[in-house]
Amino acid sequence: MNGTPILQLRGISKSFGSVQALSDVDFEVLNGEVMALVGDNGAGKSTLIKCIAGIHGFDSGEILFDGKPVSIHGPKDAAKLGIEVVYQDLALCDNLDVVQNMYLGREERDWLYRLKEPVMEQRTAETLKSLAVTTIRSIRQPVASLSGGQRQSVAVAKAVQWNSRLVILDEPTAALGVAQTAQVLELVKRLADQGLAVVLISHNLHDIFEVATRITVLRLGRDVGVYERQQTTQQEVVQAITAGIPTKVSGIAETDAEAIL
Amino acid sequence: MSSDVDVAAPGVPLPEGDEAEEHAGIWRRAYDNVKTGNLGIVPIVIGLVLIVVFFSFKATNFFTADNFNNIVVQMAGTCMLAFGVVFVLLLGEIDLSIGYLSGIAALTVAEFQLPGSGHQYPGLVAIAIAVGLCTLIGGVQGSIVARVGVPSFVVTLAGLLIWQGVILQVLEIKGVIVIQDKWINDTAIYYFSAAAGWIIAAVVTGLYTFVTLGNVLGKRRAGVAIRSPLLVVAKVAGIAFVTFGTVAISNHAAVPNGLPLAGVLVVIFLIGLTYLAKRTPFGRHVYAVGGNAEAARRAGINVARIRILGFMISGAMAGVGGVILAARLNSVDLNVGGGTLLLDAISAAVIGGTSLFGGRGEVRSAVIGSLVIVTVSNGLDTAGYKTGTIYIVTGVILLLAVTLDTIARRLQAKSGR
Repeated sequence: MNGTPILQLRGISKSFGSVQALSDVDFEVLNGEVMALVGDNGAGKSTLIKCIAGIHGFDSGEILFDGKPVSIHGPKDAAKLGIEVVYQDLALCDNLDVVQNMYLGREERDWLYRLKEPVMEQRTAETLKSLAVTTIRSIRQPVASLSGGQRQSVAVAKAVQWNSRLVILDEPTAALGVAQTAQVLELVKRLADQGLAVVLISHNLHDIFEVATRITVLRLGRDVGVYERQQTTQQEVVQAITAGIPTKVSGIAETDAEAIL
Repeated sequence: MSSDVDVAAPGVPLPEGDEAEEHAGIWRRAYDNVKTGNLGIVPIVIGLVLIVVFFSFKATNFFTADNFNNIVVQMAGTCMLAFGVVFVLLLGEIDLSIGYLSGIAALTVAEFQLPGSGHQYPGLVAIAIAVGLCTLIGGVQGSIVARVGVPSFVVTLAGLLIWQGVILQVLEIKGVIVIQDKWINDTAIYYFSAAAGWIIAAVVTGLYTFVTLGNVLGKRRAGVAIRSPLLVVAKVAGIAFVTFGTVAISNHAAVPNGLPLAGVLVVIFLIGLTYLAKRTPFGRHVYAVGGNAEAARRAGINVARIRILGFMISGAMAGVGGVILAARLNSVDLNVGGGTLLLDAISAAVIGGTSLFGGRGEVRSAVIGSLVIVTVSNGLDTAGYKTGTIYIVTGVILLLAVTLDTIARRLQAKSGR
């Protein structure tokens, strides 16, 4: 894990009216790593990814992509940089089938403005196969008839099949059973092995310790620490989530989180 | 394109049991479809057959070749409007202006063919002007819906009033405009010779077979499994049966004899619009916007543009329908575009299986639905019933169709997640 982070946030602050959702948050992801983003409800995880995805603007701070400052004003800007977000509510069209969803908005067409169905179907099958998504009976069935895990797999596959470089997964295992969770985590690992940067938001520390390279903990809109998975324990992370002390408070010299805990 | 990220994880085995699953085929897909709220055309086709059988016993003049031609010409105008309704409904919107919009088209076409008016154009030019105007109006209404965000119900309700007002204002002075142009009138009253009819049937069947074969070959080339080859053969045979059967009946009719041009126009638009809806990215986006507009937006689809185009199609089809309806009467009067036309067109699309809730439906539902509506009213008429009865029966059928759709939707909600 070296080199410039693919994505680096510096001192991001964001308030909704009088509510300070994020204050002076630093965050970074390297290529080929799974960066977990954890925190209690209201810690600012969703707000942070929405800032990255261009859905919210932020009040102050800067975003660097590949070491260069960028401005993200909308989902399109984010997509242009290669940032794809898989939201909790999945954003699939229930009435369309798997292939149609995978290619939605980026359909292959020929000179007659005709959809190249066979090509799209074949590539979808390949993509799903390469991600080892094997439980979907037919990729021509409507998404409405898929299980939660299958939908999640389709949504992830859809996000990564387009030259994306950073994939943000918002609670990908929240509604899944044990086997399906294992499947999705397996998928997450495979993405990182490919050299993609992955941001994983989850409440489930067990999941996180299974796949994450590093863990960023947010608490009350501040980042309270970044932990290497290899060198930390679930207990330590839980402590940071519930009682973490910001490593950086404006006006106070940097404190060492490790020393306090 | 996808290959960079298409994670190459070689050695991952193919999903087990794929072959067997593919052959479970037709029933499995039918089950999936019903489970997800796509009932398909089976219920409504059965309904249509029952209606035909019923009236064949009830009315002596119903089950004749002549009446078959009558029904085809009667349904053509409504069906054109219903084609447009399908697109608007697929988007999850509604267009209430199409009735009087078709009246505007009729008025326009009549005006621009009027001899000695100073602006007499050839029939086809007049038709193009009328349809173009309606497309433009549809575009304006669609823009107000999509860009400003006024609900389509309100925008098009306003349109309904406005265009009715325009028609009244113009025709109050002129009374009736007679259409004499041969080209315009032919859209409703031209009948092909027997030989031409057979050729058309052969062309339609041949085209369908050709396209179907092309699809199968394309799939084979891409190495994609061809689902249920039996179904493909059955579909080709079915199309051949329907087209040749239609021509056989039409040619058998005494007055007027031969295949009506209006029916052929319906088929041409059916093919063209089905192509647009099912084979092009635009059509795909229409379904996506109707299914989940937010997902469509996140996928980078210009939702507003798709909505506006949908309303333009609706306007254009109202224009085409208006021309045919005017041609049937050879004239335009104060009642143009009024009566039950609007509700018939919307009912037709819904009865044919297009959902009022967006995202589900087919172009062909316009044809099947308007056939049902026209057959019922024609049958009741032939059997000597009054208009009141016709409305009541049509209303009951509409209620049944929407109830079925609503139940299907609840099934879908249950099967999801």
